[in-house]
Amino acid sequence: MKNKYSIFSLIKNAFSQHQNWKQAWGNPEPKKEYDAVIVGGGGHGLATAYYLAKKHNMKNIAVLEKGWIGGGNTGRNTTIIRSNYLWDASAGLYDHALKLWENLSQELNYNIMFSQRGVMNLAHNLQDVRDLKRRTHANRLNGIDAIWLDTKEVKEFCPIINTSPDIRYPVLGGTLQRRAGTARHDAVAWGYARGADEMGVDIIQNCEVKGIKRNRDQVEGIETTKGFIKTKKIGVVAAGHSSVIANMAGLKLPLESKPLQALVSEPVKPIIDTVVMSNAVHAYVSQSDKGELVIGAGTDAYISYTQRGSHDVVEGTLKAILELYPIFSRMKMLRQWGGIVDICPDASPIISKTNIKGLYFNCGWGTGGFKATPGSGDLFAYTIANDEPHKLNAAFNLNRFVSGDLVDEHGAAAVAH
Amino acid sequence: MFIINCPYCGERDQSEFSCGGEAHIVRPKQPTELSDDEWAEYLFMRKNIKGVQFERWNHAHGCRKWFNMVRDTSNDKIHAVYKMGEKPPVI
Repeated sequence: MKNKYSIFSLIKNAFSQHQNWKQAWGNPEPKKEYDAVIVGGGGHGLATAYYLAKKHNMKNIAVLEKGWIGGGNTGRNTTIIRSNYLWDASAGLYDHALKLWENLSQELNYNIMFSQRGVMNLAHNLQDVRDLKRRTHANRLNGIDAIWLDTKEVKEFCPIINTSPDIRYPVLGGTLQRRAGTARHDAVAWGYARGADEMGVDIIQNCEVKGIKRNRDQVEGIETTKGFIKTKKIGVVAAGHSSVIANMAGLKLPLESKPLQALVSEPVKPIIDTVVMSNAVHAYVSQSDKGELVIGAGTDAYISYTQRGSHDVVEGTLKAILELYPIFSRMKMLRQWGGIVDICPDASPIISKTNIKGLYFNCGWGTGGFKATPGSGDLFAYTIANDEPHKLNAAFNLNRFVSGDLVDEHGAAAVAH
Repeated sequence: MFIINCPYCGERDQSEFSCGGEAHIVRPKQPTELSDDEWAEYLFMRKNIKGVQFERWNHAHGCRKWFNMVRDTSNDKIHAVYKMGEKPPVI
């Protein structure tokens, strides 16, 4: 690595008041032609470019980003990482990602602040208990760490939870994945951007895709606000805007885009050292290193691209938070925002070829894409480079909506979608 | 969040309504004749438009009637509301 970050580079730059750090990635103008173009400069897109260059030796590639890198859902999520999914296909996909997370700071020479603080999922009724216990068994069969905690153990693990039996939705227990946790979301995008840039990938920001040119069933290039770019391979990783790009190519996808909200409180001293999620009351909370409570709310139940979200959704989440954590009753919320998530009918992602040659889609991550970032990029890069899926993403093809072989994580996953 | 003018009840808060997605998707007349591709198209594939979209809504916490709406999904602005069976307006 040319500009390796280390304790020595830190000391050296301290002598010049940190004024001489080199830019971590360039700001190139697009070339006329690339071997592959990735649409979308979020975590997944940048990771795809990184692994294409690193593992598949494709260096003449570009990442096109409409705004700035990491400014979409990568910068709008609640940074939770876990792999405790029920179905084998999902478990394989998300645990592949989790294993990459575990070594990502070293791999990228960039501190992504990965913190395996554990994720606890609470059960509030008998069905929750049965479902979550079933899921821990399924997880263990897939080699994923998961344990069941009874109410007392939940209280010991996270003392501020109200485990009183007389609340509206009492805590009857929960599951814990200790390898799960959080990471600094921006750093993930920046780390991958820096790594990809160094291997010669062009990261082109403020460049919106306007059309996809195809000759019958083969893509020929991409029309952008910075002119036409010739390419034979286009990988679309546009999250909530996947359908917009698909429509340009004359494709329809099984997606609906909805706003998903999150909010953070004023910063306080450390009070919660894990991530707690509750499916039944739909509230999840963790604490950032700055001390803010990071709270995830639900999606609005209608299609919208507004990146705002409704007030009643936030209100419902905060009601649930307050019942579970009465200690937060006087906390002030600082910021609220929405991101547009693309949701598949089975709440599982699509990492797939399409019936147009050279056009690939990585979408449908819905409300839980961040945790998959490294795995998603790795497998999408494999799919683009080899023009066929890796065995870990074979089940997540577009054709499953025709064959009926869905990966139905809706309701099976650890949190409501 | 916005106000919806229910064609039966008048203006109500959006939280009273539930969205039924894209409108005017015609149920296949001969389901037994359909290929898997056609089923997938009918059941799952959606335009998911950013911009003016025709959609179905239900006044779930009100009159419980279904109706159609023309709404711009890029800014949540509602252009028209019309009853089921009525001709969609030209926007």
